[in-house]
Amino acid sequence: MFLFLGNYSKESYTLAEKYMATIELQQVEKKFGELHAVKPMDLTINDGEFVVLLGPSGCGKTTTLRMISGLETVTSGTILLGDRNVTWLHPSERDVAFVFQFYALYPHISARENISFPLRAQRESKEVIDQRVKEVAALLRIEHLLNQRPGNLSGGDQQRVALARALVRRPEAFLMDEPLGALDADFRESMRAEIKQLHIDQHATTVYVTHDQIEAMAMGDRIVVMSEAEIQQAGSPIDIYFDPANLFVAKFIGSPGMNLVSADYTQGVVSIPGTENRYPIPDGWRSPIDESVGGEGKIVLGFRPESAQLMAEGPLSGEVYASELQGAYSVLHVNVNTDDIVHIRTDRKIDYPIGTIVHFDINPQMVRFFNPETEAGIKKEVSQ
Amino acid sequence: MSYLELQNVTKEFPGVIALNDVTFDVQDGEFFVLLGPTGAGKTTTLRIVAGLIKQNEGSVLFDDHPVDDFPPAERDVALVFQQYSLYPTMSVYDNLAFPLRSPMRKLPEDQIRTKVEGTAKTLRIEHLMDRKTANLSGGEMQRVSIGRAIVRDTRIFLMDEPLSNLDFKLREALRVELQHLQKTQGSTTLFVTHDQIEALTMADRIAVLNRGRIIQIGTPEDIYDRPATTFVAQLVGSPRINLVKSQREDGSLLIENSDLHLPMPPDCEVPQEVLLGIRPEDVDIVPEGEFSGQVALTEPLGVETVVHIRSQDQTLVSLMPGLMDFRTGDEIKFNILHDRLHCFDLDGKRVQIK
Repeated sequence: MFLFLGNYSKESYTLAEKYMATIELQQVEKKFGELHAVKPMDLTINDGEFVVLLGPSGCGKTTTLRMISGLETVTSGTILLGDRNVTWLHPSERDVAFVFQFYALYPHISARENISFPLRAQRESKEVIDQRVKEVAALLRIEHLLNQRPGNLSGGDQQRVALARALVRRPEAFLMDEPLGALDADFRESMRAEIKQLHIDQHATTVYVTHDQIEAMAMGDRIVVMSEAEIQQAGSPIDIYFDPANLFVAKFIGSPGMNLVSADYTQGVVSIPGTENRYPIPDGWRSPIDESVGGEGKIVLGFRPESAQLMAEGPLSGEVYASELQGAYSVLHVNVNTDDIVHIRTDRKIDYPIGTIVHFDINPQMVRFFNPETEAGIKKEVSQ
Repeated sequence: MSYLELQNVTKEFPGVIALNDVTFDVQDGEFFVLLGPTGAGKTTTLRIVAGLIKQNEGSVLFDDHPVDDFPPAERDVALVFQQYSLYPTMSVYDNLAFPLRSPMRKLPEDQIRTKVEGTAKTLRIEHLMDRKTANLSGGEMQRVSIGRAIVRDTRIFLMDEPLSNLDFKLREALRVELQHLQKTQGSTTLFVTHDQIEALTMADRIAVLNRGRIIQIGTPEDIYDRPATTFVAQLVGSPRINLVKSQREDGSLLIENSDLHLPMPPDCEVPQEVLLGIRPEDVDIVPEGEFSGQVALTEPLGVETVVHIRSQDQTLVSLMPGLMDFRTGDEIKFNILHDRLHCFDLDGKRVQIK
């Protein structure tokens, strides 16, 4: 599907010209009957920013995007586009462009006519249309395809034409709903880079919805992780990856996600129940942990697969459950007790048979702790 | 003991040759993956092995005996499909027990209980035994489907993209479970997928299939490190391999549209023009690197960073561990690991660099 939403400003400006578009959601809420699709949410998307709404299906990300576009009404709250209150404006009055997963181009007309369609609808002059189509086609490197019909194009090229059609009218903001979802893995990879390149060149405010955490990490200036109709964490890809706010984010981001092991905590030492595994906590963690779970209690030990290193004298150990070659590296799955399998990224030449006992340590800079009751990440003391 | 062999199998559908002279064997206890894009002929192969469709030419052998005239029920294979076909109104226990209660087997109920409970434990679904399958999540349903296949001691497991309908996190988890199960039970398994990560991570050996033909058979390491064609090279690995046209130029290879000259061993026999394959992890960004370029784009994935490097009009993709703090336009130096280069002729066939 593809929609044009916009009031078709007659002014013609150049492609390089910047759009000023902040998007602000103030306590925006959506209910379907008694069910919350989106709980009251505050979010500001800055002018020129690429923000990714990330989460599993049913988390409210698409509903949020549809409320920004006006395709969905809000139950309560306010949406500002620039300094305009657009909460109750019709989609066509908001001047945003929507790109969907399925690039429903008109099959019976050429790529050129598909791209110029919104300009013809707003009755631009032939010169302006030709000029803009030329610019946008050059940007997306589809000049050689302009006379072809969509049916003759590959999936990637069809999505490029769809993007060109969205770009050509220079809306204030782009809203993209899983635009790469329908493409093959390899196209997705190259389109991901192309859309990011496009954003670097154009700096149009973009809200991008996906369930794919790799896409989110690769593209976003900022990622808004959603689950259960609310924001779990909003931050740069680096913040989200290294300092997840809670267990959900820790697990959802990364492939495999962060290792999360249920453990006991007593006076500076973490131990895994039913095993000999003892892990003394690194500097800077003692007082925040004591504060969160008390001097003694349950805790969740978290570490990313690449932050664990196999070593004969490592304080932690387990039994090899499976090992996977992933191309450039391998992942070793290690059973640290009956319930928890941890994933350790290793050199690809390393191969351990199932059942081998391995020892490992965790990079002290990369270890994280969570409170199992609140599921919140515990924050390390800021070092002097 | 179960050993599977396909000899020169050809299958035609009206107007298409779905399989063209396909020959391979799956050893006893082997995890064998058929990998290829949509329409490659993977599922057709699996259905021929199961006896659901019949080939036009060639033969299927189980333990050296042709089974071409056997109906599916007599082939003693267990199938797991992408769509789990469970009985929604039955409990998980009854779904698992179902194949054991069939008129052909008619096991006594106490033996059935032992087997079902053992299977449930292996797949970690003991706590679901009394639930109706309609109330399970996708991952749980697929575990039960797999359970129903493994509960009887079948000769051969045939799996048709069993993980494709699950979300990514579940796929990751079940991949590990399936591999562990297959390794500890030593079952002979033929597994079909279009997902290169599933193939690399689970297989003992992979057959790459394209348009009804086998392109390459080998271990995951063979397929990844020594792809036979550019098709195979591009099919496995993420990000995709860099594939760039290059010209021989007195003792070096010049990558087209760039100023990158790769020194070649003096006595090597490569054609004048080649397609050079460079895996992203073999483009190593280091301060004292022998090549220079500009950063076009970076994609921070957390565990690693994808860096797109520009040299004139050519772009190379590099995969670096950890965080790389570059901005678009930064000048950088890098090495290309020479001993890991892949060379293909212009038809896409691998050329050995001596």
